[in-house]
Amino acid sequence: MNRTQHILPSGLVFAVGVWITWISYTQAPAEAFLFPRLIATVFVVLAGWTFAKAVMGKSKVGTGLSRSMMLNILPGLAVMGVYVFWAATAFGFYTATTVAFFVLLSLYDPSSHRDAWVWVKRAVITAGFIAVMYALFALLLKVYTPREILF
Amino acid sequence: MEFIYYFGDVFSPLSFMLLLGGTIGGLILGATPGLSPTMAVALLIPFTFQLEATQGLILLGAAYTSTVAGGAVSAILLKIPGAPANIATTLDGHTMAKQGHGAKALQLSFLSSAVGGIFGVLLLIFLTPVLADWALAFGPSHLFWMAILGVTVIGSLDSASVVKGLLSGCIGLWLSTIGFDDIMGAQRFIFHPSLGGGINIIAALIGLFAIPQVLTMFAKGRNSGAAEVIAVQKHSVLDALRELIRRPRALTIGTVTGSVIGLIPGVGGQIAGLVAYDQSKKFSSESEKFGKGHSEGVIAAESANNAMVGPSLVPLLTLSIPGSPTAAVLLGGLLIHGIFPGSDLFDNHPEVAWTFINSMLIGQILMCLFGLYIAGLAARVAQVPQSVMAAVVLALSVFGAYSVQSSMGDVYVMACLGIMMFFFERYGFSAAPLVLGLILGPIAEANFIQGSMIANATDGMTTYFLGGALNKLLITIVLASIAYSAWMELRQRRSQTPADKTEVRT
Repeated sequence: MNRTQHILPSGLVFAVGVWITWISYTQAPAEAFLFPRLIATVFVVLAGWTFAKAVMGKSKVGTGLSRSMMLNILPGLAVMGVYVFWAATAFGFYTATTVAFFVLLSLYDPSSHRDAWVWVKRAVITAGFIAVMYALFALLLKVYTPREILF
Repeated sequence: MEFIYYFGDVFSPLSFMLLLGGTIGGLILGATPGLSPTMAVALLIPFTFQLEATQGLILLGAAYTSTVAGGAVSAILLKIPGAPANIATTLDGHTMAKQGHGAKALQLSFLSSAVGGIFGVLLLIFLTPVLADWALAFGPSHLFWMAILGVTVIGSLDSASVVKGLLSGCIGLWLSTIGFDDIMGAQRFIFHPSLGGGINIIAALIGLFAIPQVLTMFAKGRNSGAAEVIAVQKHSVLDALRELIRRPRALTIGTVTGSVIGLIPGVGGQIAGLVAYDQSKKFSSESEKFGKGHSEGVIAAESANNAMVGPSLVPLLTLSIPGSPTAAVLLGGLLIHGIFPGSDLFDNHPEVAWTFINSMLIGQILMCLFGLYIAGLAARVAQVPQSVMAAVVLALSVFGAYSVQSSMGDVYVMACLGIMMFFFERYGFSAAPLVLGLILGPIAEANFIQGSMIANATDGMTTYFLGGALNKLLITIVLASIAYSAWMELRQRRSQTPADKTEVRT
């Protein structure tokens, strides 16, 4: 794992540490920031230590991320991002979940994409799962989800 | 003996049905590789909102107990531990299965899990009230240090790097301060409208434990992830029981080791099975058989990891310090019902505390009975492809986080924390201390503020927070746990060969 991989997360945490320390010591009323000040002080010291170790190339813990791993994750992460941050409210929970579930299943299913039967199987699994989710959350738990299309 | 009065409540129709459902569901979830007990319990919390506190806890407790035991099914039949607690079970359990003794290994695993589990819950029953009464003597400064102790102990003992573990705890404590301050009503760190009400614990728990698992499944790419299941031949349960009775040493070592480890906050079941396996091997007259399909290996490992469950709840129910990450999730389950652990729980809600504890006792027996019969089915479920599992867990996480308070903000927080945790875990940061910080943060802050008011009116901050025997003892434990973990980390690093070092770095 190269040094940059450690520097990025440690640098991000250190930046957050500096930001919360600055906010804690500058915002009013001071009484409301008494506990955050205590936390921020320890936070920024530990984050500074971690960042310094990463910069010096002495960070050794963790497995890191490989290129192939990132390439595997990216399509799923993209589907997840669109599903959570846009489609769930734009299309309604059940419609968005149906589409996201089917797409993820197709993306990561090792079975052949050329076999029509495999596509039918994926559609049946998706329909079965959504039916269970609808029964659980809409009918049993009575959770009112954002509804736009279909449900 | 107060617990006896509440035994009947476990058998009320709804409670018993939840106990049964939690046990069977937990066995199946536990057998599924990738679904850890912590994640299973976190995903179940939204289903407890509409239940009474007692019933919700019965469901969560049953799932906790049986997911730990269910992990043995995939460890034995697939050589994939269902949870980290089952790693030691694979050593002899899978070898037994390959030798055609899979059914015997499963029976021994569930029987020894039940013995260990019952002993652990009895320890919970008899130790908890004593410690809860003792906790009454705690003032704000002590409770503040107890909360800090909870974060630092898990931060230092449960992480590969002490500094990163403690830093994760600090991140959790900071996240707990986001939102409006309780006393002054001031806005703190609200950098997005979704954070106006602060970070919801349940949404955060789901995100921190479930989403990294989803991304880990994605990381494997188009891989079926399904392993070959070894066929289970018939074996008499009575013979397995006789075998268990013939091996009292392994059973005793496993049960005692698991119970003691469970009592230590932060250590948890991950190492209970391995330590018990190692000790059992050292004290066995047939130590050369270990690793080659010896029943003592399965008995020691499984009795230990279930014996740990009950005692891991002792520090949680008495001092608000979860003994394991799963216990931390259970604490979240208690808090959403407005119940605070400690003497308040046993004085004001004895029916909740004792029915929950009793249900865990009955749950151990049910887990053993059902485990023996559904092991084969559970192993089949464990073969569900990773693509299906990832999509199922993602959808459950989204619905679960939303159903907490019907807020999309919670879903965004869940997803952001989960994605962030996946990447940070790759660099040595840990979810358990972060969750502890998030849960214990409000307790630490409330007692810090209350303590500083008392201190300003009396002896001053230094004397109030650093003086007194109990404060000094707690501070010593905090520092000792950090020093011990730092020493262990240093020793481990020194004992690494150059090849190991290269492996860690790459």
